Amino acid sequence: MEILVKRSHEDNPQAYGVDVENVTLLTILNHIKTKVDSTLTYSHGCRSGVCGSCAVRVNGREELMCEYKPSDGDLVEPLRNATVIRDLVVESSHIERFTRLANGWSENSREGNVSEEEMERIQTQSDCILCAACHSACPVYAVNPDFIGPYALTRVWRYVSDVRESSSNEKMGAIQTNGIWDCTLCGECVPVCPQNIAPKQDIMMLRTKSGMMGYNDPSMNFGGELDFGSPMF
Amino acid sequence: MAKVLIIGGGGAGLVSALSAHAAGAEVIVITKTLPTRSQTSMAQGGMNAVLGGDDSIANHIDDTLRSSAGLGDEKRISFLCENAPDAVRWCNSMGLPFSRDASGEIARRQLGGASAPRACHAQDYTGLKLLHTLYDQCLKEGITFLNERFLLNVIVDEGSNRALGATCLNISTGDVEEIRAECVILATGGYAALYGKHSTNSVGSSGDGLAAAIRAGAKLADMEFIQFHPTALKSSSILISESARGAGGYLLNRNKERFTDELGPRDAVARAIHDEIASGGAVYLDIRHLGEAFINHELPQERKLAQIYEGVDPVQDLIPIKPAAHYSMGGIEVDDQCMSRVSGLFAVGECANHKTHGANRLGGNSLLELVVFGRHCGKSAAAYGVKNPASSIENDQLAKDTNFVRGVMYFTNQIDFYQKQEMLANIFYNNVGVVREDMGLKAVLGAIRQMQKELPFMGPRDKSKICNTNLVEFIEFGNKIELSEIIVVCAISRSESRGAHYRADIPARNDVMFGAHTITWREDGVLCADFME
Repeated sequence: MEILVKRSHEDNPQAYGVDVENVTLLTILNHIKTKVDSTLTYSHGCRSGVCGSCAVRVNGREELMCEYKPSDGDLVEPLRNATVIRDLVVESSHIERFTRLANGWSENSREGNVSEEEMERIQTQSDCILCAACHSACPVYAVNPDFIGPYALTRVWRYVSDVRESSSNEKMGAIQTNGIWDCTLCGECVPVCPQNIAPKQDIMMLRTKSGMMGYNDPSMNFGGELDFGSPMF
Repeated sequence: MAKVLIIGGGGAGLVSALSAHAAGAEVIVITKTLPTRSQTSMAQGGMNAVLGGDDSIANHIDDTLRSSAGLGDEKRISFLCENAPDAVRWCNSMGLPFSRDASGEIARRQLGGASAPRACHAQDYTGLKLLHTLYDQCLKEGITFLNERFLLNVIVDEGSNRALGATCLNISTGDVEEIRAECVILATGGYAALYGKHSTNSVGSSGDGLAAAIRAGAKLADMEFIQFHPTALKSSSILISESARGAGGYLLNRNKERFTDELGPRDAVARAIHDEIASGGAVYLDIRHLGEAFINHELPQERKLAQIYEGVDPVQDLIPIKPAAHYSMGGIEVDDQCMSRVSGLFAVGECANHKTHGANRLGGNSLLELVVFGRHCGKSAAAYGVKNPASSIENDQLAKDTNFVRGVMYFTNQIDFYQKQEMLANIFYNNVGVVREDMGLKAVLGAIRQMQKELPFMGPRDKSKICNTNLVEFIEFGNKIELSEIIVVCAISRSESRGAHYRADIPARNDVMFGAHTITWREDGVLCADFME
């Protein structure tokens, strides 16, 4: 089987021939690194889909290398929307930056009993492993590099929809600019999530909640002050 | 204001960071990847705490003491268990999404060796959700993170035996950096990754902090005690959580018969599985009778892992398993304030030996330990830093380590270190594994000493300065070699069987001779070992 890997020092991808079957892409890259070419550079950790280190793009689609089983001719590239440091390793400081901007944390979570159903409501969102696959798939970054983006907004929805949470006002305020209204709802983030999270859905929920709190979609303001009822699209 | 440098961004590091910050310290956390990528993310089963019902804190203490096989410190274990309920409530106050029982209380599950269900959990993602929740809190508190920093050495003033900071390799740039602080907390995790493909651990669990600690003059304790998790997937060593057995899963031998108490302590279960496999058999985990709905709800991660890495669906199939190196009970020896023998050098979590696990850790006690002792350690370090301001005394560690990183590039590469690393993992699994004996241990020690001599003939092949993971992996290999010698020396010295250290040639426990901790340290570079209270 031949695997093509985009290296940072060359325009054309490098081809590696490997003689293995039914193993993960990470196993193959580990084989190449330790036996064939020790300069090949990538991130990895738990090898079981939970640490979020090894997300790359395979044939243009985001995958965790430790979960993806490759086929002959697959092209492996680094994630998009982040500076490549070397080969498949990309800069990841956006995780800290956007989580801070979005106030993606609990202000204070109350004690006391909570029903099973209420906790299960935030189960999927809190499965996030911060692999940044959604960030790579998001087309908004082409026009707005400051977009708070899918994983951070999912994090916000996790905390604001947690019944234990004391206050969500600051979080909701933090995501109005460069946040929920900048999303195009294209849904590219949904199929690439290895944890089956749907950030688009969470963003729509945040929009609804924002509306209920009196926030407006800034793009719906067509005509300035004299607005006699623009059509809603 | 004291400056506290924390090495490691896993659970123990982040809890210490929050605690030191709350105590008024300026906190810097350095990690070799990103905090959310650390080993803590892999913890599945839960965090033990007695929250009422028929259970009692005394039971939790008794279970932990019993499992520790004489090497647990009763005072520290009491501290751990008594602070457990508050630790769980504290996690809840940060928004950790614990699973709930029918009454709405935090749900608890039964794990091996426990006399009652007391592992508070968030499905089977307890570690992942704890880690991310902690990270979010650290960002909220404005704690400074320096990521992609690989620890090289602790900076110590030899005259005063005082930690002054640490040196690290900035992986992204290739530069060696120095960070000074009033105190240093090592929260670097365990060393089970030296078992390579026979370990459940992340590749990063190479014991960097322990190796740096002993080089800095600290002592290590009970390094021969490495827990083997009974149920790792056979071909990949990926962990299938104990919660699968806690929920009623069976262990079956090649005749598809049960052969042991599935909920015994981990050392006993791992040995029973080892014996079945060693006699030419195979062992399977069977959770088919739990039903698809239950498996999807309670064990979703287990199902997914078995499907991807073993090609079986636990709803219909048996899961082939083997024991794999899982947790390092041994660690940096620390006092009641979590400080090592070096003034101002603290250690917490898996890299430390808090003497709470002794010879065998109970499932659900490691996440608990990192929360309880992390909170304690952060506070202790901040207080120490206020009382003992660091001097800006000259130190040549940065120059030494800069030269080392430069010089290692000229190592000759006649010998492939990846090949040696794989060999080390295999001989460790076979001879320093679930079952050990004198001859095998001594053979491994010979092989390690040979590898130590060969290190200058190995080295990174990649000569790049930027993001050289080959270089990082070589230095990690050096740390593994350093620790493996210590582990084997301890295992040879302990001529008895106790907890996770089982000697086939001496199967009995001997409290008269060995009812003490195996302490190791270096004097003028020479490895010393002794049994001490």
